[in-house]
Amino acid sequence: MTKNKSTDPTDTSVELLRFTTAGSVDDGKSTLIGRLLYDSKSIFQDQYAAIEEVSKRRGEEEVNFALLTDGLKAEREQGITIDVAYRYFSTPKRKFIIADTPGHIQYTRNMVTGASTANVALVLVDARQGVLEQTRRHAIIASLLQIPHLVICINKMDLVDYSEEVYNTIQNEFENFAGKLDVHDVSFIPISALRGDNVVERSKHMPWYQGTTLLYYLENVHIASDHNFIDCRFPVQYVVRPYSDDYHDYRGYAGRVAGGIFKKGDEVMLLPSGFTTKISKIETYSGEIEEAFPPMSVTMHIDDDYDISRGDMIVRVNNVPRQEQDVDLMICWFHEKPLQERGKYILRHTTREARCIIKEVRYRMDVNTLHRDADSKQIGMNDIARISIRSTLPLFTDAYNKNRITGSIILIDEGTNETVAAGMVI
Amino acid sequence: MKYYLNHLEELESESIYILREVAAQFENPVLLFSGGKDSILMVYLAIKAFHPARVPFPLLHIDTGHNFPEAITYRDWLVEHYNLRLHVGSVQKAIDEGKVTEEKGYNASRNGLQTYVLLDELEKGKYDAALGGGRRDEEKARAKERFFSHRDEFGQWDPKKQRPELWNLFNGRKNFGEHFRVFPISNWTELDVWNYLAIEEVPLPSLYFAHKRNVFERDGVLLPESEFIARRPEEKLNEELIRCRTIGDMTCTGLWRSEASDLAQIIEEVATSRITERGGRSDDKRSETSMEDRKKQGYF
Repeated sequence: MTKNKSTDPTDTSVELLRFTTAGSVDDGKSTLIGRLLYDSKSIFQDQYAAIEEVSKRRGEEEVNFALLTDGLKAEREQGITIDVAYRYFSTPKRKFIIADTPGHIQYTRNMVTGASTANVALVLVDARQGVLEQTRRHAIIASLLQIPHLVICINKMDLVDYSEEVYNTIQNEFENFAGKLDVHDVSFIPISALRGDNVVERSKHMPWYQGTTLLYYLENVHIASDHNFIDCRFPVQYVVRPYSDDYHDYRGYAGRVAGGIFKKGDEVMLLPSGFTTKISKIETYSGEIEEAFPPMSVTMHIDDDYDISRGDMIVRVNNVPRQEQDVDLMICWFHEKPLQERGKYILRHTTREARCIIKEVRYRMDVNTLHRDADSKQIGMNDIARISIRSTLPLFTDAYNKNRITGSIILIDEGTNETVAAGMVI
Repeated sequence: MKYYLNHLEELESESIYILREVAAQFENPVLLFSGGKDSILMVYLAIKAFHPARVPFPLLHIDTGHNFPEAITYRDWLVEHYNLRLHVGSVQKAIDEGKVTEEKGYNASRNGLQTYVLLDELEKGKYDAALGGGRRDEEKARAKERFFSHRDEFGQWDPKKQRPELWNLFNGRKNFGEHFRVFPISNWTELDVWNYLAIEEVPLPSLYFAHKRNVFERDGVLLPESEFIARRPEEKLNEELIRCRTIGDMTCTGLWRSEASDLAQIIEEVATSRITERGGRSDDKRSETSMEDRKKQGYF
């Protein structure tokens, strides 16, 4: 066999950044994504030739970048984005994963899906129109899903003569509204996706703007601390038992670190049993390691011979999660079949599966205004609501705003097996 | 010590998480092995995920009978070397038994016939999850694919009824007779795969490296001389220095003129290429939505 020589690829220190975009047909989202991909040379000739040809065949004047992301037949026929599309590009500094989602209210669930793993949310505002209902909705979803960084791209600046006044008005308008949200890091960038101003290259038309370009922002925003490095949480995913002569009594607990930094020798508690023991070894395929932190996939070993299985959690003795059967959640409902109060569902939380009953709908939240409607108990597709559930097993949770992994839950319909809701622990 | 992973480490961690999730959530998974670099990467990640235990599922190769001989040599070496289990589903056998009909003409390919044999093998083996090496950057229909992709009892994909996938919570619940396709390397790009294989020094089939071969050109694509392809009189053979960017059947794998003889040169070539790797796949060129159409029917 051909054995490779070791090579030295230049980009091994590149970090991964996931961002989400939401927008409707007219706010220039596809143009912006197309611009980022095109200017970073991530569109290949054959891809470009293919969409150019289709654009021409459909009688469109310019190359329609939406065709790059709208991959399904139905989407191309109807000229809409139905689903979350994932796109990739990279620069020498970072690799980017874009979760591109449709922006209309009927696609709230897609926005929630795209937002669930994002480090950064891009919210597009048409400079001519200012902050619209849709802008507020995107910001509210970003806040609900606790996306750490929010960028408001004020687009189509070329159509308002690159006016600083327009930019300031929109920024003020947004900040007044954002005071009500749980967002910590908001930036504003005036751009023209069509003309390329402040996307990759600095704009010559807006000398009054002192900030960075969008790409510079994406390449440099500090994401290393987006994980929780304080509260040690290790959901056991899979028990590795070789049953071979070389590894007779081997028993390793495989999983992905959900929070905190685990070290060899740490005193840990096992949940749900409550037994305490020590970490005797942390290993990966390449050998033993001293520390494990999110989002590493590792295998843990403990000193004593306790029975641990999938769905259990290894935590630090002096820092334990909540262990409760009664949990309050903010949910986004995903399914055409409405939520059944007192209905039974299957839930998944970290590696744990249990059944639960929805005890009560507390209120429905208007995703455009943040208004809480306590009289509205009808929760249908795309609705956001606060509910209380009771689970058959205790869940080891943290508040979602402390830890997005131990604070998230999905609900599954028992009859159809479909995922019907995403929940965030309050 | 810095507490962050670089992008390849993070992709590796994500893929290992998904492979373990499959082993935990399904009773009888199988890894679809094509012989290409993506399925080689999958095998390698599976070895890592369950080390020091044996990979807890077999490989399934759908053999069209039109393989590059080098691909089969490599496959058998890999299975032996890492102590894996291999099942082979034969397209030739399905043809001989009259279950499928071979295409005729110059562009005849057994690509489409694989779907029947694949679904047949999945049913016979009672597999409830089939791991595939599909990546979202490969093709526009694949850009919408989930990690855990549900298939009905006919093996079909319904892109409009996909389950939402949030955080790292994967819903692999299904009814009897249904199965899942799972794509652990969804978020890798072609360049990520090459960089990772280089860093990890994973041995690869010789086909990926530049070598001399008799080839001819058809519709702008270079194809290898092969007993499986009928050449038109005007299609003349030339010996050229080429390599494969993807490995599929000899009948539909376009070759690339290349001098890249080691991984560093391949990475350089991929990084500067302006054409996607599937740009040479004649199976994708049959229509604008040929991948989506094939996927709906149960293709890889």
